[in-house]
Amino acid sequence: MKRLIVIALAMLSIHSTYAEKLALVGSKIHTMSEQGVIEKGSVLVSDGNIVSVIEGTEVPSEYRVVDVSGKVISPGFIGALTSLGLVEVSSSSGVVDASIETSPITKTGAALDVSYGINPDSSLFEITRLEGMTAAATGMMGGHFLFNGQGAVISLDGDEPVIKSQAFISVDVGGQGAEVAGGSRASLWVMLEKVINEAASTKSNVTSTTPWFGLSSREDLPVIKQVIAGDIPLFMKADRAADIRQVIAFKKRHPSINLVLVHGVEAWREAKALAEAKIPVIIDPEYNLPGGFDQMGATLANAARLEQAGVEVAIGMDTHNIRLAAQHAGNAVANGLSYEAGLASLTRVPAKILGLDSQIGVLAKDARADIVVWSGDPLEVTEAAEMVIINGQFVDMESRQTKLRDRYLSLMQSDAKKPSYYYR
Amino acid sequence: MNVQPSKLFLAAACMCTIALLGCNDAQNKEQKPKDKVTINENPYPSTYTPIVGKPTLITNVTILDGIGNKIDKGAVLFSDGKIVGLSTTPLGESLPAPDNVVVIDGEGKWVTPGIIDNHSHLGVYPSPSTKSHSDGNEMTSPVTAQVWAEHSVWPQDPGFTRALAGGVTTLQILPGSANLVGGRSVVLKNVPNRTMQSMKFPDAPYGMKMACGENPKRVYGQKGGPMTRMGNVAGYRQAWADAQDYIRKWERYERDFDAGKSPTPPKRDLKLETLAGVLKGDILVHMHCYRADEMTVMMDVMKEFNYKIGTFHHAVEAYKIADTLKENQVCSAMWADWWGFKMEAYDGIRENIPAVHAAGACAIVHSDSDLGIQRLNQEAAKAWSDGKRAGLNISKEEAWIWLAANPAKSLGIFDQTGSLEAGKQADIVLWSGDPFSTYTKAERVFIDGGLAYALDAQQDWPVSDFEIGQVGEGDSK
Repeated sequence: MKRLIVIALAMLSIHSTYAEKLALVGSKIHTMSEQGVIEKGSVLVSDGNIVSVIEGTEVPSEYRVVDVSGKVISPGFIGALTSLGLVEVSSSSGVVDASIETSPITKTGAALDVSYGINPDSSLFEITRLEGMTAAATGMMGGHFLFNGQGAVISLDGDEPVIKSQAFISVDVGGQGAEVAGGSRASLWVMLEKVINEAASTKSNVTSTTPWFGLSSREDLPVIKQVIAGDIPLFMKADRAADIRQVIAFKKRHPSINLVLVHGVEAWREAKALAEAKIPVIIDPEYNLPGGFDQMGATLANAARLEQAGVEVAIGMDTHNIRLAAQHAGNAVANGLSYEAGLASLTRVPAKILGLDSQIGVLAKDARADIVVWSGDPLEVTEAAEMVIINGQFVDMESRQTKLRDRYLSLMQSDAKKPSYYYR
Repeated sequence: MNVQPSKLFLAAACMCTIALLGCNDAQNKEQKPKDKVTINENPYPSTYTPIVGKPTLITNVTILDGIGNKIDKGAVLFSDGKIVGLSTTPLGESLPAPDNVVVIDGEGKWVTPGIIDNHSHLGVYPSPSTKSHSDGNEMTSPVTAQVWAEHSVWPQDPGFTRALAGGVTTLQILPGSANLVGGRSVVLKNVPNRTMQSMKFPDAPYGMKMACGENPKRVYGQKGGPMTRMGNVAGYRQAWADAQDYIRKWERYERDFDAGKSPTPPKRDLKLETLAGVLKGDILVHMHCYRADEMTVMMDVMKEFNYKIGTFHHAVEAYKIADTLKENQVCSAMWADWWGFKMEAYDGIRENIPAVHAAGACAIVHSDSDLGIQRLNQEAAKAWSDGKRAGLNISKEEAWIWLAANPAKSLGIFDQTGSLEAGKQADIVLWSGDPFSTYTKAERVFIDGGLAYALDAQQDWPVSDFEIGQVGEGDSK
């Protein structure tokens, strides 16, 4: 895995061909590091990385100064759980690499690897990044296997978007997840336990000539071993408190596994135990309806109660509209989450969950220069990203959507209307 | 609809429609009856009774009246379920407040008309979303104008209470969009109660749901059609032609009856009856339609069969034909930013709502979502600010029209609600601050002057039967 990261990083540094020294000067800065919030400061960038974040507006003369006074700067936001790059249009519109029905190489889904399937030309990249999201965890959504394959972390710019492959692997241990095990948790948990123990007790990798009759395929085994070693975080999706207690018990049985609770509608009911077990959560804090009998305790206070108990909260689960994660976090703040935790849920916490906390989600020395300059409070629905920097470079604040907008606003405002396709 | 009854038809009418004067007599005597049959157009009448309120004066408050005006530091008085008036002075001295008036200090707060969502499936696709509750799409035939959403509404849907906390005072429940014609809608007052009738908006006209595009052709493509968009359009046109024929039949019977003949009335056809109601202008059309080209075709169909499309719903590409929508006086009910989940939603832009408004057409913010309905003020706020950044300078007071006057017009109830004007129903939200903010909440929601929700009185929040005794008890725990 480490080798893959090195390759990915090498490619990214080739991509940033110019070595401009850039200073964003004079704004409020949410560093998301120990530096906290700087009321009026500057961010210095060189070679795609952050050199330093300083108080005040005095910057060395070799830096090109961009005046951002009166604005607000944050690290680029991270989509905590998406299928970006794996789907263009979800329904009835061609290949969707975020879902799978059958595969000859896997029995439990662990061997699947989305990093081969990411399309950075997807219109979702531009549309998402110009709203202040610069990286995302991307993976498969649901399916016919126990695990939803290995997800990746991607940058939303560049031809080689993968920052980290084998970044996480998901398993649904709620009612829906039970479907792949025949329809009952009575089977699901036994299967999961067996799959883990089977991989753990297999001393070396099973080759194509070794007889093998396991629940996992030969290709699944080494991946599950990495999960057991804690190298690949295991995202466990569960909503009801009883299932979350099973997740916590699983963590106790397998302390080396790097566990993350996903969705967690009733997570607040087990907040203390989650904090003690050091299990972070990825949630949609707006989910406050009993959509099923696993979600009877749904509440807008979920995020706030988790924070109060000491649980780390990441916010953002969507694909086409993952850009709305900031609004979701803002609504969590409106319902009791601290403002700092609201910003952290989009930056520091997902970065930490994905094992990239020194690289993304933070404005600190040597971190990737993924930076957003906002018109004001990033969690406020009426504010917007005005400049987006990914890996040290300003991205064009244009997308297919802004071009459609400009075409038709021009058409509506012109007197002698040409055929619409001639407006560019 | 007046007709002369046959004996059989009379018997049916006696059983299933309103009491008919002389009905039994007519049967007994086996004589030509003297009265025409009157088909009851309101067989499931509203039993809604407002929560009893107190005369209330909100002072020193920022007011958006829902029809484009703003008062800074003004006052609003309501009493007996109706709005008495607005004042431009902070204490509202000019308003005739009675001695027992309850005064609420609105310092720092905002008052608006209650939000009206003209696109909801609460009750017909309720929480929990079990298969046994899936009552929103009669996917058995492409034209099911005979079904009425009100017969599917499950009043226990906890979504009503959550929408109330978001300031929604009136909502239209629509059938789903699987069918070319999905059936009748129902308008509800958002005072959650044990029956549909006890929530039904008194005197609101019926709506009828229609759908363009992908959904009908996906659902029926392998079930006898339509399987293409041209098949869809043929389906609407044939339905209208059938309805025209049905109207002519009844007109003939009316004429014959009036001429003193004893004609046999045609058999009542519930499907054609609803379609005929549209052609006669009694029932409002709500049409799910995403694409600009399809909406334009539908406006031609509308002219071909001489009916009115009230509102295109979703209308993701309305910005491309805002001029045509204005010309044809058709509203567009839209999301702020949903896009891309299917091909016909691929061209969504964030400025759709303000672009439609700026072109002089009727724009509405709708939810189509049990979560979205809880923060429609934020949807309007996003659209407003996105428009502003694109150079469309629309004021907040104008933007609130998208949540109040325009949806009220779309539902045919603007004479009763949808603005803060004297004499209208006191459907009012007091917001903790500027409702164009993520952090602002509905603090008090009044429906017909009764206090339906108070943010700080968790113990008084409505809890549905389904949720009572369960873990969350309506998000009040």
